[in-house]
Amino acid sequence: MATHVRAEAPPARPAWRSRLYRFDLKASPYAFIAPFFLCFAAFGLFPLIWTGWLSLHYVDLLKPDVMEWRGFGNYTRLWSNDQFWTALRNTFTIGVISTVPQLLMALGLAHLLNFRMRGRGFFRVAILAPYATSIAAATLVFVQLFNPDYGFVNWMLDAVGIHPNWYADTWPSQIAISTIVTWRWTGYNALIYLAAMQAVPKDLYEAASLDGANRWQQFVRITIPSIRPTIMFTIIVSTIGATQLFGEPMLFGGGVGVSGGSAHQFQTLSLYLYELGWPSRQLGRASAVAWTMLLLLLLIGLAQYLITRYRKRHELGG
Amino acid sequence: MAATLSTPSARGARPAEQERPRGLFRRRAGDHDKAGPVAYVLLGIAALVSLFPLYWTFVAASSTGERVAQSPPPMVPGGELWNNITTAWDQADMGTALLNSTVVAGCVALSTVLFSTLAGFAFAKLRFRGRNALLTLVVATMTIPPQLSVIPLYRIVTKLDWGNHLQSVILPSLVAAFGVFFMRQFLSEALPFELIEAARVDGANSLRIIWHVVFPIARPAMAVLGMLVFVQSWNDFFWPFVVLTQQNPTVQVALSAIGGGSGHDINQAVIMTGALVGTLPLLLIFAVLGKHIVGGITSGAVKS
Repeated sequence: MATHVRAEAPPARPAWRSRLYRFDLKASPYAFIAPFFLCFAAFGLFPLIWTGWLSLHYVDLLKPDVMEWRGFGNYTRLWSNDQFWTALRNTFTIGVISTVPQLLMALGLAHLLNFRMRGRGFFRVAILAPYATSIAAATLVFVQLFNPDYGFVNWMLDAVGIHPNWYADTWPSQIAISTIVTWRWTGYNALIYLAAMQAVPKDLYEAASLDGANRWQQFVRITIPSIRPTIMFTIIVSTIGATQLFGEPMLFGGGVGVSGGSAHQFQTLSLYLYELGWPSRQLGRASAVAWTMLLLLLLIGLAQYLITRYRKRHELGG
Repeated sequence: MAATLSTPSARGARPAEQERPRGLFRRRAGDHDKAGPVAYVLLGIAALVSLFPLYWTFVAASSTGERVAQSPPPMVPGGELWNNITTAWDQADMGTALLNSTVVAGCVALSTVLFSTLAGFAFAKLRFRGRNALLTLVVATMTIPPQLSVIPLYRIVTKLDWGNHLQSVILPSLVAAFGVFFMRQFLSEALPFELIEAARVDGANSLRIIWHVVFPIARPAMAVLGMLVFVQSWNDFFWPFVVLTQQNPTVQVALSAIGGGSGHDINQAVIMTGALVGTLPLLLIFAVLGKHIVGGITSGAVKS
């Protein structure tokens, strides 16, 4: 009897413990990811849907509880609104002239930083320094540097005899804003590329240089293909950033009153959204702009996905 | 700790480097990754372009307004820095702003690092149903513009009477998809499965594994992520600008007030002083920790 009990008792505790162990194994992953998804649901997903609902209504900023059903009226109104198209075009052009040079320069810089050299710690920290500068501070500095009367840039350009007005004209103002974006982000992207480049096996370069490939050929044939996923990642992140551009054009225009220039020559979609929602107090129309931005990003994402898929197939076929 | 940072391939490459072919091909093979003069010149220009606007901020901030508005612009610092700082302090509440930004960026960085490490560990090393789908969802959330949530968040904040309170800036930023992705990438490479299994055999539950295995190994990546998030939060503009006022601003909101005035009587030097005061804390952190941050980024913590 006594032996029977003794034989029975020991497995009882491990059974309890192993059930606890299995519960821990099963539940803890969900517990670890829960904070992210809870916060996202509360501060990301829920507002996202709410914005969609608002975009179908007329809502005044000062009387937000009074909602008047509009259907897709806010969207059709955007479609026939010149200012919306200007903002969309500006967002696109500023996005292209800031993202493309920025990523190309970052790629080149990363390649240079990957060499063995003296003082490379200094160079790496130096090109990352602009990243530590805020949008507000950077824009204020560049507003000074681009000042048409006494700015540093025009003082230098005097030597070649051109004197652009960096505020009043469309292309100069957009180039100036893109310069701020490029200045702040090139070094950051260069370091991300550098991280990827350092994982490329060194023997590949050794073999290539033994085969007589010069540095340019090595860069094009080995480096670029090896870090293609990272390049895709930075393209996507920069595209998202460019779509959301707000602080630079806003502060470049000199504050709250001026919305992206006297003729909206550098008004972006975000700035247009802000102008509709706050100074004009029309939350419904601002929400429609917000959702249009999301749809645009989804379209761009889809296009990028299709391009990569096409490329992959093409490469496998060839 | 440094060893855990380097990627397996980089570690594998080191011995190969020592066994470089000798004789005829030695020079070419050994020099393939050595910088030539062109690289120094190009990087020198890049460093100059990166640092010049920062230097010029200091020049302008230490000058009088008239001196800044001269052509050619001044190139050496003046002696007005202290005067300008006091004026900037009077125009915008820079003291409150600096304190507020520190509190906001500190809270956001701490919570993002903590939650991202937990979620990143789960996605990198634990098996559970729906893992891949949920990870895709995390990455997909990165594409959602923050502008999409601004209007409802603004209503929630005003309903709760949180307008102008710091929690309305902190709460929406407690987690970041980028952080989860960042920590997952790092832990997938740096944390061997064997360590977790060994800890489990020793009877450690998941919380103990987090504390005694994951946190110590993830520490360098956590530090880098913390810095990146701190910088990003410090520099965040759109949402704080919408929800805070000049009575209780963060640095960026205060700066927008100094720069946002109208008319010709604004003192440009004072504006630049504001920009300097808002950037200096971060630049100081960069000057001290820059090498570690750069080292953390480039040693493979951010790979996609």
